[in-house]
Amino acid sequence: MMAGVRKRRLIQGAAALAGLLLGGTVAATVWAQQLVADLSSHLIAITTGFTGTEVVLFGTTDGAGDVAIVVTGPRGPATVRRKQRVAGMWMNTDSVRFEQVPSFYTVAVSRPLDQLVGRPVLERQQLGLPQLQLPADATLPPDELAAYRNALIRNKQRQGLYAISMGQVAFLGERLFRTNIYFPANVPTGLYNVEALLIRDGDVVSAQTTPLVVSKIGFSAEVSDFARNRPVIYGVAAVVGAIAAGWAAGAAFRRV
Amino acid sequence: MQVYLPIAEMSVNALLVLGMGWLVGFLSGMFGVGGGFLMTPLLIFIGVPPAIAVGTQANQLVAASVSGVLAHWRRGNVDVKLGVVMLGGGVVGTAVGVWIFGILQRLGQIDIAITLSYVFFLGTIGGMMLVESSRAILRRRAPTAKRGKLHRHIWLHGLPFKMRFQRSKLYISALLPAGIGAVGGMLVAIMGIGGGFLLVPAMIYLLNMPAGLVAGTSLFQIIFTTAAATLLQAATNQTVDAMLALLLLIGGVIGAQFGTKAGTRLRGETARMALSLIVVAVALKLAWDLFSRPDDLFTLTMGLR
Repeated sequence: MMAGVRKRRLIQGAAALAGLLLGGTVAATVWAQQLVADLSSHLIAITTGFTGTEVVLFGTTDGAGDVAIVVTGPRGPATVRRKQRVAGMWMNTDSVRFEQVPSFYTVAVSRPLDQLVGRPVLERQQLGLPQLQLPADATLPPDELAAYRNALIRNKQRQGLYAISMGQVAFLGERLFRTNIYFPANVPTGLYNVEALLIRDGDVVSAQTTPLVVSKIGFSAEVSDFARNRPVIYGVAAVVGAIAAGWAAGAAFRRV
Repeated sequence: MQVYLPIAEMSVNALLVLGMGWLVGFLSGMFGVGGGFLMTPLLIFIGVPPAIAVGTQANQLVAASVSGVLAHWRRGNVDVKLGVVMLGGGVVGTAVGVWIFGILQRLGQIDIAITLSYVFFLGTIGGMMLVESSRAILRRRAPTAKRGKLHRHIWLHGLPFKMRFQRSKLYISALLPAGIGAVGGMLVAIMGIGGGFLLVPAMIYLLNMPAGLVAGTSLFQIIFTTAAATLLQAATNQTVDAMLALLLLIGGVIGAQFGTKAGTRLRGETARMALSLIVVAVALKLAWDLFSRPDDLFTLTMGLR
């Protein structure tokens, strides 16, 4: 069964790759492809021994320019709660819910962003953590809301899911570039967007988006699928397994 | 060696988790407590989300209690009749506990309610046991001291529905063990623990059960309450991580065997003293966390909750 899953994923991967190559050739015939980028792998497989991984993004431009890479994980709601002292104890009192929060966010650049583009462009492209758009459901004074927003980013950085500093895009010569994107062991699963931007004369002149799938594979995938799809049977199996294990251990130690 | 936990969605050191399972299993076998009150804070400390820590270790406790009961069973240290009466109360208690849990969840204060009940129960019971066991040890050191009464008759022993428990040499109201079981069941539902740390002293001080039978009988009852809790958690919250439970129970069942053997060599009051010190230490740590200023006043929860 595990081999079957692996085979299916391989076929899916091959199909994705073929589509990508096809897309590449089609785009090439359109002549003016200013930026081409690809990843060393389009699938991050979370297996039982997964401890984090690195993916290489490489590409080429049609001439001099700077490159920025934005990696965004699947977006979803998130709640930030604030603790206050109540009768001497610290307990949750207020909360703000944010929508469209990326589960993962990191940026790599070939030169510091402030040397490349102005604020309007940064905000338009949501380039860098300060520019990340995080709509909130609460009507709070701006400084209060900023405290919650900063707390969200700070918590994500502590988990290693938002980069603390920007990564480096290295140029080999004038046109070839590459960068390493690191994904920690607790990387959330889902469909990621890897966006490569070509920047010239203070503006983004070309962009390319590449998908990246983070998925559980093998034993860990089967366990989590089982738990999600058949929760009651999973619970029964967990209890039966525990009784059997306890019994086996008890019997094994009988003579010791 | 790192292992990825599929439900908790994180990577942990397998040896660390095995070692934690062993330690808690050892204490569980030695004192006849499930050890859940130690495992939950330990798991949260290494970064496992609290809900998954609670659900998973209920599962692990099933295995630890089965292996513990087997060891006690062979020594004839399980009073099945008393255990079944306790279990009857335990079922009612679990249902009431689930109902209370729902109310607290709607009020949005389940986290602090759990911590507060930990501090309250662990602090009270640990403190009482500490005082009692140190007195017992002092009495032992001073053999001239007057011996206490063998059996103190209090109002609890005047309750109706008297039953004879031959194994424990007791003739008491069935409401007593059933009531103790009910409180244990409530703790399983609200705090996600076996409740042994409450059952054991209650059986010693309220039922006046022979000390040798207490550990085996409470473990016998805990098998069923933790099995019910595992089913409930898996079916409703999907917070049982089989991989984590497997690691914990491998460590736990081995530790429990050593613990049971070590426990037979311990004098009753010395064992109670050691257990009460551990319980009080955990209560103090949790109280400290509750009252000291956290590093970050803000917490983040992804998803809809």
